[in-house]
Amino acid sequence: MAVSEVAPIVSARRADPGARSIEGYLADGGYEGLRAALARPPGEVVDEVKAAQLLGRGGAGFPAGQKWGFLPPGKQPYYLVVNGDESEPGTCKDRVILENDPHLLVEGTLICAYAIGAAQAFIYIRGEMALAQERVIAAVEEAYQRGFAGRDICGSGFSVDVVVHWGAGAYIVGEETALLESLEGKRGMPRLKPPYFPAAIGLYGQPTVVNNVETLANLPWVLRHGADAFLALGTERAHGTRLFAVSGHVRKPGVFEVEYGTTTFRDVIFDDRYAGGIRDGNQLKAFIPGGSSAPWLFPEHLDLALDPSVVGPAGSMLGSGAIVVMDETTDAVRAALRLVRFYAHESCGKCTPCREGTTWLATILSRVVRGGGRADDLDLLLDVADNISPPPFPRAGWADQAIAPVPFPYRRTTICDLGPSVVSPLRSAIERFRPEFEAYLARAVAADGEGDDPAAIPVAVSR
Amino acid sequence: MARLNPDNLVIARQILGRYPHSRSALIPLLHLAQEQDGWVSEEAMVHIAELLDVTPAEVLGTASFYEMFKREPVGRYLVNVCTNISCLLVGGEELLEHCTERLGVPVGGTTEDGVFSVEEVECIAACTDAPCLQVNYRYFPTMTPDAADLLFDDLRAGRLDDVVPPHGTLSRLRPVADAERWAGRGAEGLPAVPGQQGRS
Repeated sequence: MAVSEVAPIVSARRADPGARSIEGYLADGGYEGLRAALARPPGEVVDEVKAAQLLGRGGAGFPAGQKWGFLPPGKQPYYLVVNGDESEPGTCKDRVILENDPHLLVEGTLICAYAIGAAQAFIYIRGEMALAQERVIAAVEEAYQRGFAGRDICGSGFSVDVVVHWGAGAYIVGEETALLESLEGKRGMPRLKPPYFPAAIGLYGQPTVVNNVETLANLPWVLRHGADAFLALGTERAHGTRLFAVSGHVRKPGVFEVEYGTTTFRDVIFDDRYAGGIRDGNQLKAFIPGGSSAPWLFPEHLDLALDPSVVGPAGSMLGSGAIVVMDETTDAVRAALRLVRFYAHESCGKCTPCREGTTWLATILSRVVRGGGRADDLDLLLDVADNISPPPFPRAGWADQAIAPVPFPYRRTTICDLGPSVVSPLRSAIERFRPEFEAYLARAVAADGEGDDPAAIPVAVSR
Repeated sequence: MARLNPDNLVIARQILGRYPHSRSALIPLLHLAQEQDGWVSEEAMVHIAELLDVTPAEVLGTASFYEMFKREPVGRYLVNVCTNISCLLVGGEELLEHCTERLGVPVGGTTEDGVFSVEEVECIAACTDAPCLQVNYRYFPTMTPDAADLLFDDLRAGRLDDVVPPHGTLSRLRPVADAERWAGRGAEGLPAVPGQQGRS
């Protein structure tokens, strides 16, 4: 297990409470990245970030600099919106930055605002994260007091207002166009596409850049050390470092910053410097590689590198950097049901295949688990899934059975990815652990209709 | 149970001043109302509609979309137990069951004395601290049934008042909104935002 340890870029100060104040942050080189940016024309800052090939860290993995380049010239005002609505099950890496190094995010936000010429920047933090809200508000206020935000920043002539805003509980708002709707005071429903990027039509109909917290947290380092230093880390298509949250049945769950692309799943799950292996000496059964929306991977995939260009063709995704580990004691059927219920609960209701599909999947799978399943329920589940995401759905290959992987991404009959995401846990579990589902069906002694109550779908499903 | 009080009305106008379009203040104002009353009443929504020049139905439309806005009273302490995947794997459902039994309420219920409400919630981004619960959106990581019992005793006895504010209060800080700072005014020389509504 050769894990190359690199100096952290976005989690260097996480264990240093002093760095939450601007004095501590400045003493550790804070706002040097912003000063470096302000010393150059905005276009050069964009070029530097483009050269660094910084991939977005929110889930989709789109290159940040390229996203900025989509802003149409001459259509001011531009807005910057920071996506801090971290809600993907298994994901808790942005919270590490928001709570422990808020100035890092504020500095990254200001650098981006300067680069794109934003008139105003909104830091949208998930509603449930009260501590993160307090820490980021305090950091923004300090930045204003020291002249890093507001009018004529550091005497550069550049001005931008930074507003801390928070949501009120809705997973879908993490989707960038739903986030903009929410920021406009509306129900958080994703917008019809095209346009595919808010750079064309975003907040208040104006060109807007939406970037994830961790993405922006990389900018101070990139500006201080340069794109070449960033490119020197990682592999050809995955540069820098990345935060991975490893949770579930591991000995030492945690959020770890590792070199992007060179580290493997085996490293972060088993190495003692990271999650330290499976609890109680158990065997690994399956793992979710990139948040609950990612198709599951299995023990034979442990040596895949944490690199989107490796995991995508292998049939899954790194998504939001959340690795959820399930050991041999896991009931795959109940794990799948819990995730299916999640998507049913969080579907915004805009697209029929998602609204109806997720709800029926939860209803049918609930009755299977409660002993009321019917013989053809597994086929029915897969059929409903196909109507949300037409086949072939991405899947990991099984070398031992000569089954080839179906590469990511999925196709969809919906506006956003929430609908197809429900198919990931469902298909993964049924395809790999079908006998477990059949065992539930074999127990189905009750008459048809038992456990068939759609009212039982929202969060409180009885077991 | 009411419209925003005079103090909160002042805060509401400051919040309005942060946004180039007033409707963006809708969710922050709903939070403000919930902070005042512990829930969001119809009167408060009507008041917010007046402040934003939208219809009460539009305010309700937004309020009803979001999990955190309670349109009927809940307990002083809202206990949110996560049972999503990372918590499920290490006992989240058992923790929820323990909490409801200990407090003697069903999921979604409030104790008779109005002190506790218990909810089952989706992932709260504390997956590496599972099983996890929040009380009024403050994290309590790696919970056990015993730790939950202690937590409830401490809350009831007021020993955690510094850590856990009453329901409705999220951030205990407020962004300062001085007259120089609002709605992109800091960026000089920009054309006016179409439909921009300034602070009155």
